[in-house]
Amino acid sequence: MSDHESDDATGSDEQEGGNGDEPTFEAAEYADGTVTHPPHTVSPNGAERVGTVDLREREGRVVTWTTSTATPPGVREPNTLAIVEFEMGDDYDGPPVRALGQIAERGEPGGSGGAADADGGEQFDVDIGDRVEPVYADELREPGAGIREPESQDWDGFRFRPVK
Amino acid sequence: MERVAIVGASMTRFGQRDAWVRELLAEAGAAALDDAGVDGDDLDHLYVSNMASGEFEGQTGVPNALAHDLAAQPAYTARIDQTSSSGGAGVYAAWQSVASGASDLTMLVGGEKMTHRTTSEATDVIASLTHPVEYKQGVTLPSFAGLTARLYLDEYDAPRESLGKVAVKNHENGVDNPHAQFRKEVDLDTVLDSPIVADPLRLYDFCPITDGSAALVFCPESVAEEYAPDGNYAVISGIGGATDTHVVHERADPTTMGGVVDSSDIAYEMAGIGPDDVDVAELHDMFTILEFLQSEDLGFFEKGEGWKAVEEGVTDRDGDLPINTSGGLKSKGHPLGASGVAQVYEIFKQVTGDAGPRQVEADTGLACNVGGFGNCVTTTILEGSQ
Repeated sequence: MSDHESDDATGSDEQEGGNGDEPTFEAAEYADGTVTHPPHTVSPNGAERVGTVDLREREGRVVTWTTSTATPPGVREPNTLAIVEFEMGDDYDGPPVRALGQIAERGEPGGSGGAADADGGEQFDVDIGDRVEPVYADELREPGAGIREPESQDWDGFRFRPVK
Repeated sequence: MERVAIVGASMTRFGQRDAWVRELLAEAGAAALDDAGVDGDDLDHLYVSNMASGEFEGQTGVPNALAHDLAAQPAYTARIDQTSSSGGAGVYAAWQSVASGASDLTMLVGGEKMTHRTTSEATDVIASLTHPVEYKQGVTLPSFAGLTARLYLDEYDAPRESLGKVAVKNHENGVDNPHAQFRKEVDLDTVLDSPIVADPLRLYDFCPITDGSAALVFCPESVAEEYAPDGNYAVISGIGGATDTHVVHERADPTTMGGVVDSSDIAYEMAGIGPDDVDVAELHDMFTILEFLQSEDLGFFEKGEGWKAVEEGVTDRDGDLPINTSGGLKSKGHPLGASGVAQVYEIFKQVTGDAGPRQVEADTGLACNVGGFGNCVTTTILEGSQ
C-alpha cells in the first residue's frame, strides 16, 4: 500500500466529491498494487479493488496537451486539456497513473469558478513535461447542456495548474 | 467453418443529403441486392450498422424498418452499434452469420444521418461514448486527436507538415471517387493555414460530418458463383475484432492503438499472411494522425515511421502500399455506421478490379475500422477470387 491512502474495500462510485467535506480526486487501488483513475471494478490485471487513493495533493507532469476551439454544448471555449501523469512515489511500481483534465484559468482562486463564470477566462500555458497540480472546480461543464443525462454523473472535478 | 464471399456491394453518395436514415439505408440496400441479383426475401439475415439514429433523428428500430422497406421479411435482423466502428462490427456479424452456417445469404447495410445537426451537437453525440470523467472535462474525439498528435510529433520528431500531407493525399484520391463528399484537391498551404480545431490539428486534419449509407451481400464461397456468374467476387480471408481501454489516458502508450494491433494479429493469422502481403488498405483517417498510428500498428511500418512513408509517397495511389484510395474518411466523408462498410466496399472494388480510375494492382486488401479513439476495432482482409 506504500504511502497511499486507503479506506474500504468496496470503494465509492463517486469519481470526485467524495463523501466528506473535502472533495477528493479519487483513484482506486487494487490487490495487485496497481492504481487507476478513474476507479474500475477490477485492476487492469483483474485484481480486486481494495481501497482508494486521493490524487488531490499529488503533483504530476504533462504528458501532452491540446486546446480545443470547437467545444460541445456547455463547455468553455476554448478548452485547453492535458493528460497528466502523477508522481506516485518510489514505492509504486504499477502502470502510470494518469488523468485527463482541463487546464485552470489565471486568477482562479484555487477551486471556484464553474463552466459558466469561467467561460472565456485566460487559461494557463502548459507544455509537455511541465509540473502541474490539481485545482478543484465545482462545475467543469454545464449539466444538461449536452446530450448526457444531468443526473447520471458528477460535474465537479479537478483542473490542473502549473506548479510555481 | 465456411469461407465467406462478398457477392454484392453498393454505396450512396456521401455528403449532405436530404434523405433521412431509413431512406439512406434503403437506397444502399436496394442497390446491393440488385448488384448481387437477389431480392429482399432471399435474405436470411439483414444487419444494420448504425451508431445513433435515435440520438440524431429520433428514429429507432431501423433494422425492422429496412426489412419492411426492402420486403425482406421474415429475415432475421439486428442493429450493430459499436460507435464509429459499427460498420466493421457489422462486417464481423455478417461474416459470422454465414461462416457459422446460420445464414446462407446475409446483407449488411450501414448508414447514418448527421448533417441536420450542428457541428457542436454532432460532436457531443459522438463524445457521449466517453467515460464520465472524460465527458465532464469537455473532451471530444477531435481533442483526443490533438492530444495524441502533439505527443506523436514530439516523440518521433515528425514534422507538422507530414500530417498535412495525409490530407493532401486523401483529397487527391477522393477526386476520382464519385461517392465522395469532397471531390477537390487541397494543397499543403491550405491545410496548414486552416483554422485550429484541436491544436496542433487544424480543420483540414479532420473528416467532415456526413450523411450516407453502404451495403454488402455475403454468402458461402461454395455458392458464390450463383450470384457472381463471372466468377469475380471477394473472399473474407481474415477478420479480427478487438478492444482497447475505454478511458484513453490509461493506455500504456497513447500513440499505440492496442485494438488495431490485436485485431490485425487475428486477421493476419486467419488469412495466413502478414502485413507485407497487403496490396492496398483503407484506414480510419477520421483525423490525419490516425493514418500514422494505424499504418504502424497494422505492421506496415515501424513505430514512429508511418509519417516517413507519407513523406516518401509510399502510401500514394501509385506507391508501394496505397492507403485510402477511396479518399478515406477525410475526403469521402464519415457517416459513422456506414464508414466501416464503405471501407470494405472500396477494398471489394479494388480486389475485384472494378475501382475505375482509382484502381491499383491488388489481390489482397485490408480495411481497418476504428470506434471511439481506438476503443473498438475491426480489421478485415479480402482476397479477390481471380
